[in-house]
Amino acid sequence: MVNGEVKKVPIMEVSNLTIRFGGLVAVSEFNVELYKNDLIGLIGPNGAGKTTVFNLLTGVYQPTEGEIKVEGSSVVGMKPYEITKKKIARTFQNIRLFKEMTVIDNVKMSYNFQIKYGYFDTILRTPKFFAKEEEITRRSLELLKVFKLDGKAYEKAKNLPYGEQRRLEIARAMAASPKLLLLDEPAAGMNPQETHDLMNLIHEIRDNFDLTILLIEHDMKLVMGICEKIVVLDYGKIIAKGTPDEIKNNPKVIEAYLGEEVTHA
Amino acid sequence: MKQHIRNSIVFLIGAGIVYAILAFLIETKILNDFYVQVLMIIGINIILACSLNLVIGFTGQLALGHAGFMSVGAYTAAVLTMNFHVPFLIAMICGGLMAAAFGLAIGIPTLRLKGDYLAITTLGFGEIIRVFIVNIDYLGGPRGLPGIEKHTNYTWVFVITVLSVLAIRFIINSSHGRAMISVREDEIAAEAMGINTTKYKVAAFAIAAFFAGIGGGLYAHLVRFVDPLTFNFLKSIDYVVFVVAGGMGSLTGSIVGATALTLLPEALRLLSLAKYRMLVYAVLLLILMLFRPQGLFGSKEISLKVFSGLGLKRAGGDK
Repeated sequence: MVNGEVKKVPIMEVSNLTIRFGGLVAVSEFNVELYKNDLIGLIGPNGAGKTTVFNLLTGVYQPTEGEIKVEGSSVVGMKPYEITKKKIARTFQNIRLFKEMTVIDNVKMSYNFQIKYGYFDTILRTPKFFAKEEEITRRSLELLKVFKLDGKAYEKAKNLPYGEQRRLEIARAMAASPKLLLLDEPAAGMNPQETHDLMNLIHEIRDNFDLTILLIEHDMKLVMGICEKIVVLDYGKIIAKGTPDEIKNNPKVIEAYLGEEVTHA
Repeated sequence: MKQHIRNSIVFLIGAGIVYAILAFLIETKILNDFYVQVLMIIGINIILACSLNLVIGFTGQLALGHAGFMSVGAYTAAVLTMNFHVPFLIAMICGGLMAAAFGLAIGIPTLRLKGDYLAITTLGFGEIIRVFIVNIDYLGGPRGLPGIEKHTNYTWVFVITVLSVLAIRFIINSSHGRAMISVREDEIAAEAMGINTTKYKVAAFAIAAFFAGIGGGLYAHLVRFVDPLTFNFLKSIDYVVFVVAGGMGSLTGSIVGATALTLLPEALRLLSLAKYRMLVYAVLLLILMLFRPQGLFGSKEISLKVFSGLGLKRAGGDK
């Protein structure tokens, strides 16, 4: 594995992550290491704590215990927008687009912290303002093209069909130029054809944007189809880690999903 | 970009023509002093309504202390011109900056709150500013500040109103404006996209306070007398009414709302309804809210090419 080279620093290293809500331990001792270009699935039955893990990783919740390191430095205690600046972007389980804004403005939002100009440039409409705005528009359109949404750039986000809203959410997250992308049930509510297209899209952006992806998904076909490694969560604890094949045959996983096997007499 | 500049020039020419017509009507005395006074109040109210809309309509934060910032600007500018003989324009800008400073000081602690809580605390802070002024003898205390020099005329009001609306429009049609709108749309998603939502809420609040302060400076040098009661919370509510009636998230709405609702009581005064004018005003507002709860314009802007071309095309969240 290490072959004498210097050991790679993981994009994200999570150790002993635990959060308690009062007496309830929602996630306990969660460990994972994400390396460049990994495509990892996080699965588990309803209420296992998957989204809570995402909320911990993105600073929405603060962990009770444990450490989250991004490229070697801790991000525990940071606000969500600070973590985004560390090149970690996410989508949401229940779509959270800026509904009244246009498609392109949704994407432009993510450039706010990357392509900057001041209030004086804004009010006086200086050349800097025009140059920066043009750059934002150009890059947003490029990105929308990748997600095949450029034709609808100037429609309101709320008027898009469901599948396209999901795509737009990923596009918006990609505009934040992440190294690590967290997808929370990207295929939720999609039909088989849309799910299939989404699988291709996820693969494509991982390769084209040199990305690491961690995704939560209920659609087993999607998870088994694209993830190289799967982490299974149940009652806030990791019960299994491994390749899709290992996970499929893991008795603990089967137990978590289907219930305990009745032993034959 | 060329088109952008052309549009701005077209707009300024348009504003110039409107100004020329107004000036003609005023100079030839077709519009008497009463009308001129009402026109100037309308201009000031437009500044106040548009700036408040930045907070309520675009950033989505229900703040109720706008008159407080107006009073800060009014007193600051009045004291500067009276006691220190500072030129009017500079005094007004200082008034705006002072109001913005108050906006920052009040915004940083209160904007952590949401909805009703924010409304109540901002209302409280507006009253604190008033009580504060009541207790400063230098500012005349409860008796107010008489004898302010008359500087405000229709030219001042017109130019400053146009520039203020333009500036607010430019802010909305920018990366900063988009960030403010995203706070209104979905705060959690905005944070996840790298937006420091607290910073943008405070910024919107302080910018709105700045323009309220400018409006206060204009007001003080128009009426030539300010007292703490001029800027009580009822005045703040008036501005909220302008914004809501015109449409939250529409500057056109704020302009029309402020104009119509300033004119309405005055028009009713002339129509031998003087006794019942506030009653009629209230009933009309009720009817408006029953049949058009999103306000006259909702979040739409008049799609005059001239006007939409002023900001970057489609740069804003509305339209």
